[in-house]
Amino acid sequence: MKMPEPDAGTLARRDAIVAALAAIVPGGVIDRPDAMRVYETDALTAYRQMPLVVVLPETTEQVAAVLRWCHAHKVKVVPRGAGTSLSGGALPLADGVLLGMAKFNRVLRIDAADRVAVVQPGVTNLGISQAVAHLGFYYAPDPSSQIACTIGGNVAENSGGVHCLKYGLTTNNVLGVELVLITGEVVRLGGRHLDAEGYDLLGVVVGSEGLLGVVTEVTVRILPKPASARAVLIGFATSEAAGDCVAAIIAAGIIPGGMEMMDRPAIHAAEDFVHAGYPRDVEALLIVELDGPPAEVDHLIGSVEAIARAKGAVMQRVSADEAERLTFWAGRKAAFPAVGRISPDYFCMDGTIPRRRLPEVLTAMREMETRHGLRVANVFHAGDGNLHPLILYDANRPGELERAEAFGADILRLCVAVGGVLTGEHGVGVEKRDLMGTMFSDVDLAHQQRLKCAFDPDGLLNPGKVFPTLHRCAELGRLHVSGGKLPFPDLPRF
Amino acid sequence: MILKPDDAARLAEMVAGALAEGAPLEIVGGGTKRGLGRPMQTRATLDLSGLAGVTLYEPDELVLSAHAGTRLADIEAAVAAQGQMLAFEPPDLGPLWGAAVGAQTIGGVLATNLAGPRRIKAGAARDHFLGAEAVGGRGEAFKAGGRVVKNVTGYDLCKLFAGSHGTLVALHGVTLKVMPMPEKTRTVLLLGLEPAAAVAALAAALGSAHEVSGAAHLPASLARRSAVDLVARAGAAVTAVRVEGPGPSVAVRCAALREQLGRGAEAAELHSMRSLALWREVRDVASLLPDVTAALWRVSVAPSDGPAVAAAVAARAPTEVLFDWGGGLLWLAVPGTGDAGAAIVRAAVDAVGGHATLVRADAAVRAVVPPFHPQPAALAALSRRVKDQFDPRRILNPGRMAADL
Ligand SMILES: Cc1cc2nc3c(=O)[nH]c(=O)nc-3n(C[C@H](O)[C@H](O)[C@H](O)COP(=O)(O)OP(=O)(O)OC[C@H]3O[C@@H](n4cnc5c(N)ncnc54)[C@H](O)[C@@H]3O)c2cc1C
Repeated sequence: MKMPEPDAGTLARRDAIVAALAAIVPGGVIDRPDAMRVYETDALTAYRQMPLVVVLPETTEQVAAVLRWCHAHKVKVVPRGAGTSLSGGALPLADGVLLGMAKFNRVLRIDAADRVAVVQPGVTNLGISQAVAHLGFYYAPDPSSQIACTIGGNVAENSGGVHCLKYGLTTNNVLGVELVLITGEVVRLGGRHLDAEGYDLLGVVVGSEGLLGVVTEVTVRILPKPASARAVLIGFATSEAAGDCVAAIIAAGIIPGGMEMMDRPAIHAAEDFVHAGYPRDVEALLIVELDGPPAEVDHLIGSVEAIARAKGAVMQRVSADEAERLTFWAGRKAAFPAVGRISPDYFCMDGTIPRRRLPEVLTAMREMETRHGLRVANVFHAGDGNLHPLILYDANRPGELERAEAFGADILRLCVAVGGVLTGEHGVGVEKRDLMGTMFSDVDLAHQQRLKCAFDPDGLLNPGKVFPTLHRCAELGRLHVSGGKLPFPDLPRF
Repeated sequence: MILKPDDAARLAEMVAGALAEGAPLEIVGGGTKRGLGRPMQTRATLDLSGLAGVTLYEPDELVLSAHAGTRLADIEAAVAAQGQMLAFEPPDLGPLWGAAVGAQTIGGVLATNLAGPRRIKAGAARDHFLGAEAVGGRGEAFKAGGRVVKNVTGYDLCKLFAGSHGTLVALHGVTLKVMPMPEKTRTVLLLGLEPAAAVAALAAALGSAHEVSGAAHLPASLARRSAVDLVARAGAAVTAVRVEGPGPSVAVRCAALREQLGRGAEAAELHSMRSLALWREVRDVASLLPDVTAALWRVSVAPSDGPAVAAAVAARAPTEVLFDWGGGLLWLAVPGTGDAGAAIVRAAVDAVGGHATLVRADAAVRAVVPPFHPQPAALAALSRRVKDQFDPRRILNPGRMAADL
């Protein structure tokens, strides 16, 4: 993975840049290397880079002034929330300002009658749910990192969680944002109402990985807490049987609140870590959670149990009470740290596949383990086909990081080959940037980059992320029409 | 001239040809919503109805792909046969402009990002639009998104195309998320509430744990027009709360809602067919607001602002209103003369924040009154830059959304 060559002129002007930014955000500029160290990586710790300077603004006006200044002086900017990105989205640039949004940490408005909350982007995901809990509401998308990650980061990554099959990703739960463009202009997209007309720019800003603008306020939809929830643990002797069971549950018209799968290595790691009571003698374990009115949950639990039996489940246990339900989840939610205990380092992959291809993908992954000489543990948002293979490696052993990267790339290529995608919820960042070509043609990517050109034609916001090659907007804007002649019969290519 | 491609390659050639000629195209699927938006001057009609058919349907993966010219009715029949549905409950608005029932295509539904009463629970068309194959205004065919329900790879261009009214790309292939159809549906009716009290009751219902999937209010004059006997004979305003799901659950939740909301108001319950019929009327609007000479506005505001906006308009013009989305969606029928109520409606909406779309008015009115809510300068300029990127020569539905888009 290579980042764009830093601009020597910018590096040479560092002192002047620091001084100018300190005038805009008094007391909010960090330029001492030891103090900047905490910002040199996000949760994709394999990659590290010290930023040019760190700026921590507190108001929209300051963000606007910083961006306006950087735009005028052609200085790059990398926005950052809590730095939990698993794709390197917040990885700093040597010649870029790291714009930390942590001080935007206030809940601005809670409106139970309209079921919305307006918050600043640095509020944590869980912080929103906590702020509305006393009213009986919560914010539905629940990434496992929810105690730490910010809603601004969630918006940028379009984050999901175990409940997103039923309740949607971030994009389905955000109604509006205030966005500062690289020019310093402030626009409001959406609001407290649904489906603002005009181009759905909110829809593209969500998931834009910090490349289109800096989010300074977010309006989210909040939901009434489900009246009850119960979970069932279901063990299978093969991953095929578990996959069949998932398909049959959905085919029966049931959309569970959560439906997670773990393979044997993940089950063992989690069980050793939190003692959730998982069976050790199964190849695949499902956690299926039903939520809603008790009458509905009881009814559906019965249906799920019957389906699981018919699909050859070798063990089933329904949570008897809230404590047991939480124990079932504790193992799954701690799967990443659990794997962190059995391996010095791990890469968390994030491809999505059509669920029916799961058995062949798992088989191929076993072959890759041998080929790359590394082990993998799998956790899986089974309902929507989102795989999280955790590749175990040791960065201190020469060559293992490179082998882990190659293994990960092979897995993602396989996901695309079977009809899936490179990333289901963690974003492209730097991690999957160079694989974009396996999923999209040059023409496809050019159309995506043209959207970027409408927002940030100089490519100053988070460059080096998402797109494998940085085309100049002037080049992308050129129309391929000459002298009235058509570029047919074949489709035009760049 | 009518251009009617029968495959994607021909479509790309035709758009490239129009680009070379600088010839603006009007894109139509079923042609049902041609009356929506600003009148356009185009040199040819690009008719996509020849690109029809479901190309992939995997019920247990919850995805369906189809050519964009496929009739929505055909898709709905295909998914219904597997006990599934398009959860955003696409309305059939064609009859508002005099088109036949059931003539719209999936491409048109997505391009206008319409959604019915279940919007409040399940999202809009944009939330179910997973993948697109399209030809942009540069005459190039490309794809965006994917064929799985969870995907964040690259920008979510499907969202951009949903609601772009054919001004950015001509869609020819789409992939949608489908969901299981609920086993049972029932509706609790509260009778005789004023709009403010009705919207408060709907907020209480939507704020409860009963997973309400429809929340509408019909003033007495609209209720009287319903084909559902219980509603028509109520002789009063009708506030409707829909509950869907497995049988036992629906019964319990309806009882609880009646208990919670019914106090002080007369309540009734609609089961199965009658419930479906009422929500079809709310979804499609035309039978509840039948005066074809009236101008029709579709207003989206925060739900608690709905009654005040409706009242502000009604105070200054003869108005009929249908409330959906818990009060957040207003269908306002006002006299179609003059500016079709634009000054009044937009002032009322701007006072609280939201948008007002002039859905139906004479072409002459729509030529001078912007049908889509005017945007602040920075946002309008950004939208213009997006158009510049996808359709620099303004050949795809130019001017339909705004003069410069
Ligand atoms: C243990 C662990 C578990 C995780 N589990 C999940 C999970 O279940 N589901 C899931 O989807 N993700 C998960 N993640 C990934 C990560 O938490 C999410 O991507 C999260 O949304 C990142 O938020 P953040 O505040 O940390 O953002 P950062 O990591 O700081 O930044 C992420 C991206 O957002 C941009 N950004 C941040 N703030 C702004 C802003 N205000 N304006 C514009 N751009 C901004 C940055 O430039 C960067 O591109 C997990 C991560 C960890 C470490």
